[in-house]
Amino acid sequence: MTISDDDARRAAWRMAARIGFYALTCLIAVFFALPLLWLVTAPFDASPTYAVDVPEATLDNFAEINANPYAWGSMFNSIVLSIGTALFVVVGAALAAYALSRVRMPGRDALLYVLLLLSSVVTGTAAMVPLFLLVSEIGDSVHPALGIDSSFAVMLVMAGGLLPAGIFMLKDFVDTVPRSYEESARVFGASPLRILKDIVAPLIAPGLATIAVWTVVNVWGNFLVPFILLRDPGKQPAAVLMRTLYTESGQPNLALLSTFSLLYSLPVIAMYLYVSRKYGFRFHGGIKS
Amino acid sequence: MAGISARKLDKVYPGGVHAVDRLDLDIDDGEFFALLGPSGCGKTTLLRTIAGLEQATGGSVLIGGRDVTNVTPARRDVAMVFQDYALFPHMTVIDNISYPLRIKRQARVARHARATEIGVQLGLADLMDRRPAALSGGQQQRVALARAVACHPSLFLFDEPLSNLDARLRLEARTFLKRLQRELGVTTVFVTHDQAEALALADRIAVMEAGRIRQLGTPREVFGRPANTFVANFIGSTPMNLLDGVVRGSTVDVAGGSLPVPAGAEGLVTDGEKVIVGVRPEYVRLSRSGEGLAGEVSILEHLGTTTLVTVDCGDELVGATVPEEDEPEPGAAVRLAPVPGRLLLYRAEDGELIGA
Repeated sequence: MTISDDDARRAAWRMAARIGFYALTCLIAVFFALPLLWLVTAPFDASPTYAVDVPEATLDNFAEINANPYAWGSMFNSIVLSIGTALFVVVGAALAAYALSRVRMPGRDALLYVLLLLSSVVTGTAAMVPLFLLVSEIGDSVHPALGIDSSFAVMLVMAGGLLPAGIFMLKDFVDTVPRSYEESARVFGASPLRILKDIVAPLIAPGLATIAVWTVVNVWGNFLVPFILLRDPGKQPAAVLMRTLYTESGQPNLALLSTFSLLYSLPVIAMYLYVSRKYGFRFHGGIKS
Repeated sequence: MAGISARKLDKVYPGGVHAVDRLDLDIDDGEFFALLGPSGCGKTTLLRTIAGLEQATGGSVLIGGRDVTNVTPARRDVAMVFQDYALFPHMTVIDNISYPLRIKRQARVARHARATEIGVQLGLADLMDRRPAALSGGQQQRVALARAVACHPSLFLFDEPLSNLDARLRLEARTFLKRLQRELGVTTVFVTHDQAEALALADRIAVMEAGRIRQLGTPREVFGRPANTFVANFIGSTPMNLLDGVVRGSTVDVAGGSLPVPAGAEGLVTDGEKVIVGVRPEYVRLSRSGEGLAGEVSILEHLGTTTLVTVDCGDELVGATVPEEDEPEPGAAVRLAPVPGRLLLYRAEDGELIGA
């Protein structure tokens, strides 16, 4: 009898511990979910506060955003900037990672680590003044299309900052592609670029998708670089436009801010869902022969 | 169609490993040629140097009389099948087979027609739309062969083509490979570490050790008259008996008894010279009485239709294979006599063949 008593007590304890654990995780989940919940409710509120409220379900805020002359344009600019930068990063990282993975050279790993270290400085706040001077100088002396107020220059600066980490991530993917695939294609007469396009790129597609998404997310949320390098409000991305959604007294206009934030986050969520379904964000390419 | 010649071919890896050592080799047009040796003997490096995947550090390679030493793999007109087959996992069988034609800029319809034709020849007709991962090992191997055939090369290079297959499938694939080579008549070089595979497939075999060729000959020559003790040891599924002996006039003292010096070695050995006597277990006759080395049966190993008998002769162990019905009892006193003409005499100091 004592044994079954003991068993019962132990089972009860286990149950209590489990309930406690779930209660704690729920609390943590609520802590992180509340701001998101606010983001979903506030846009439909006529006069939102910082509290989560049951909204009146008005679409007036959306109408007001729609009336803002720069709102949709800025969203479009964000898309152009992110996709453009992602193209630079994916193509550049694929070429560099393939070369770094296949060509044996002294100090290869050291080079990668130094690049990675420097990249966190290049687009960081500390480098903004020299970058601004560099870009305006290039614009003055080479071509205005590369200078201040050029989306192309913004893409190049952001791609420069993201490339080292992208190369670093992608090199791991390329390393998993067996050399015999390439040697086989080489004997058939394929050039290195052809091998990269026909054999390596399809096999590292999950890796390419990963760094493309990672680049888009990074560029989408970047405020400082476009804020400093783009003067014309017609060229500024959504992250920069958000700065203008304040009342005359300098208070954040919560109604417009939350509404625009909601619209601003939708493309990223949509992209995530699409890519996740297509590639599943595997970190190892599932290469099995 | 082309023969291959290697002239003083040398390959030293950056780490200092001398994989191919001033090697001379001639492979005839249409020949099925095996490079055989233990791992690390340089056979794969030699094959890759012929393919152009490795750059020779000395000497030259000629394919069909053309010096290709500094020519890229693409311009050598060769096709290679890798040990892991190197099928592209993201392409279907038909795309895999037609990939060489795609590089040669053939139109999609034409190259798919050609790939289908070859696929049918090689028994892949029902598998054309599958991915390599959905194929068995034997099917993958045939796809790899089909892809090599598709580029219509003047030379096939196979790197351990059968080693990824299980034992039973390997025998089937061996027959298939030999028939395919006969039908196509394309010069083929293949690398293997399996002596049985080399003996079964090749017209001629080069046995390699440490970057050099130790013997070059037909399977019959390499099996029956190994040029040195290395080859003697390496070839044959049951190891050859290699026994230390001393020449005494026209006989050799060996394993507590004596055997006559083989006719081919007469006059080439001096009295008192140390030699190694070699004879394959398959060429040793076992009898209850009569001529030969006296000994006692110690171990019996069943090999199917035959039995390998290990006999204690003096302080040496001598192997002999006997038909299953003639199996002696363990502990029985027996006599061992080599089949006339099958006894080989090697110099003790360098292991080279004196005569048979």
